[in-house]
Amino acid sequence: MDVRTSIKTNWGNFSDKYGTAWEQLLTALSNDFTSSIEQILKPGTDAVDIPTIIVKKPIIIDFLRSTKDRYGYSFLSDMTAVDEEGDPRFFVVYHLMHLETKARVRIKTRVADGEKMPTAIPLWEGANWAEREIYDMFGIHFEGHPDLRRILMDQRWEGHPLRKDYPLRGYQIFLSPEPIDPELLS
Amino acid sequence: MSKDGSADFFTTKLENVVNWARKNSLYPLPFGTSCCGIELMATLASGYDMARFGAEVVRFSPRQSDLLVVAGIVNLKMAPILRNIYDQMADPKWVISMGACASSGGIFNVYSVTQGIDTVVPVDVYVPGCPPAPEGLLNGLLRLEDMIARGETHAHRRMKSPDGKTPPTPLPAVSSMDAHPRGSEQRKV
Amino acid sequence: MSDNDKSNFHDVPLDIARWGFPAQYDITLKKDSDDIFDDSRVIVNIGPTHPAMHGAFRCMAKLNGEIIEKSYSEFGYTHRAKEKLGENRTYHQFIVYTDRLNYCSSLINNVTYAMAVERLMGVEVPERAIWIRMMCAELSRVIDHLICVGISAVDLGAFSYFLYGFHQREKAYTLIEKVCGARLTTSYTRIGGLMADAPEGWENEVREWCKETREVIDEMDKLLTDNRIWLKRTKNVSVFNKEQCLRYSYTGPNARAAGVDIDLRRDQPSMFYDKIDFDVPVAQNGDVFDRYYVRMEEMKQSLNILTQCADRIKPGPIWSEDKRVRIPDKDVVYNTMEGLIHHFKFFMTGFNVPAGEAYTAFEAANGELGFYIVSKGGPAAHRMRIRGPSFWHYQGLDPMIKGGYIADLVAALGSINVIAGELDR
Repeated sequence: MDVRTSIKTNWGNFSDKYGTAWEQLLTALSNDFTSSIEQILKPGTDAVDIPTIIVKKPIIIDFLRSTKDRYGYSFLSDMTAVDEEGDPRFFVVYHLMHLETKARVRIKTRVADGEKMPTAIPLWEGANWAEREIYDMFGIHFEGHPDLRRILMDQRWEGHPLRKDYPLRGYQIFLSPEPIDPELLS
Repeated sequence: MSKDGSADFFTTKLENVVNWARKNSLYPLPFGTSCCGIELMATLASGYDMARFGAEVVRFSPRQSDLLVVAGIVNLKMAPILRNIYDQMADPKWVISMGACASSGGIFNVYSVTQGIDTVVPVDVYVPGCPPAPEGLLNGLLRLEDMIARGETHAHRRMKSPDGKTPPTPLPAVSSMDAHPRGSEQRKV
Repeated sequence: MSDNDKSNFHDVPLDIARWGFPAQYDITLKKDSDDIFDDSRVIVNIGPTHPAMHGAFRCMAKLNGEIIEKSYSEFGYTHRAKEKLGENRTYHQFIVYTDRLNYCSSLINNVTYAMAVERLMGVEVPERAIWIRMMCAELSRVIDHLICVGISAVDLGAFSYFLYGFHQREKAYTLIEKVCGARLTTSYTRIGGLMADAPEGWENEVREWCKETREVIDEMDKLLTDNRIWLKRTKNVSVFNKEQCLRYSYTGPNARAAGVDIDLRRDQPSMFYDKIDFDVPVAQNGDVFDRYYVRMEEMKQSLNILTQCADRIKPGPIWSEDKRVRIPDKDVVYNTMEGLIHHFKFFMTGFNVPAGEAYTAFEAANGELGFYIVSKGGPAAHRMRIRGPSFWHYQGLDPMIKGGYIADLVAALGSINVIAGELDR
């Protein structure tokens, strides 16, 4: 038994609080998407804190929609990416929360460098800026995103700072303020 | 002043008088971007009350202010804007760099942060601290007032120099922190 | 960016900008500048350094008369690469960076970060440390809310109201100074413990402060809540309803103002929140007034929690016994060889965190603050994702203010309490 699921100073005992709800979820989801699930990591046995499902990229939006609409994990807590330096290079990570039980599930998908991800904006409008941030920081393009610009860095910035090969001190200096684009208001 | 009205003694005195007036009527422009902005707010509010030292009226327009208090981080996206604001202020103008981030980049020696705003605007007083306590900022303000009274600020040097520009101070172009190749920060322990 | 180009970044001299800025800036407009004023629309730019923007961010709004037709927001003016630093600093060194996330309530960030790493390592913290952490978190929450309601009242013209809160806030900072010596950027927690124990009698001072603050909050309540001007400026202004809140991942007081009943202190009880009685105030309308009033009520609840904690806190150890994270005591360091080596190893190389990943969320003053740490073993994280609530709240600003008056933009922005440090990270 992994010690991190039974710490009383945090979130309580995971399995006590949520019972076997997440196991039912995992069974149901793996029945629905048999061939498209790469791996399922379970708290208690694997080194994760919440159930983690790694799915294949083509069905990610269907998978998220199913988790959201059919199983009630309808709150997008967080969306981010991880540079794994492997092949495929990136993980895009969604953290979903169930609004009634407040149980969480993590859904990951692998993306290669230069590959495009489908956008999750139809499901959560809040994913808009999260995707822009992932684009800015990792250079992952999102297909169907209405406004895929840089969000934290200057629009003229080169490279993607959170990639592992970007130097920590890779300064880029611009002598004029960031240009204003009136197209955005038309 | 001598009885024949010779001007030598008088002009020196006038400069002192003008400097005395300047130092006691500073109009700060709070350029608060992050944590230091909160402490700047505390310094301006009751309790510490910066008004006691002649910097009472806070102006948010660069045209109406002569003391730029840069409180907090100025990153590379913000640096041109800071310069823009500085250029819009009328001379004589002074700059206080409040906090470690503004003074040197502080703990943020990273790709997005200016390593000290003295690479962008000439700074008169650096106030260390992360963030400085309000007492620290008040001390910095008093130091600036002393400097104004003695005529030792960048603004005074600018007024005295023939082309109206501050002679560049002999600061090292790159700080000693950057002596080793950048980007080799990755900890491999 | 190809690998060859990488070296270019090293060659950029940092002092290019020193005296080299041109006098005139070319603020490049892609279209002819006449075109932006077509059919009597006016574009208003607020920020990045505007007194009404709480921090450095920008909002561009296209106005028809006084009505906002469309707007967009820009930020990143205080981006400090904390996520990248999380990959380059040891877990211990990263504590100081968490202070600078939401600098109005840095203790909550400290506590959440410490919990995140402890969760990843399986470290348990002794009871007293947890009680102190809870008190610190609630103290910061009150400070944060006082600033939020105070400043948003200043923005709408009620200045003296702000001074009431500010006075109490200074006293709270004195309490925080007593435990950690700093006012704002506290760095109080350590992985597996606390920097220092709270001084004797601290909980009594907190209790007294709670009593005083409760009176002040009641006074503030009387001063502003029924004020006719205030009601006109806030009621049914910048409404963000429940459905929108869920779509935009709103959490914290902003979501509760619209009827989204999430409070992670109650729903995912970390620390000892399950042993404490407190209510979660939830409003229905989701307008500026509700966001203000939920914060007022939450402050009362926080004071309630603080008093209960002060009653239940007992003397005891503040450090976990786990040898991996325990910073050796000073007398051991100075007097024994092993202690000195332990100390040296701890601070020079840091401790190893087992491989794994965890997402730890806690109810910060603004909403769900999450640390998603991916560890591959070793003393530094592989990925340190910080989920700042302000990032998601600021995203909802544009739909929130659409169709409203430009003057209400200030009210909306003040009420969602966007903190730049947490927005840009």
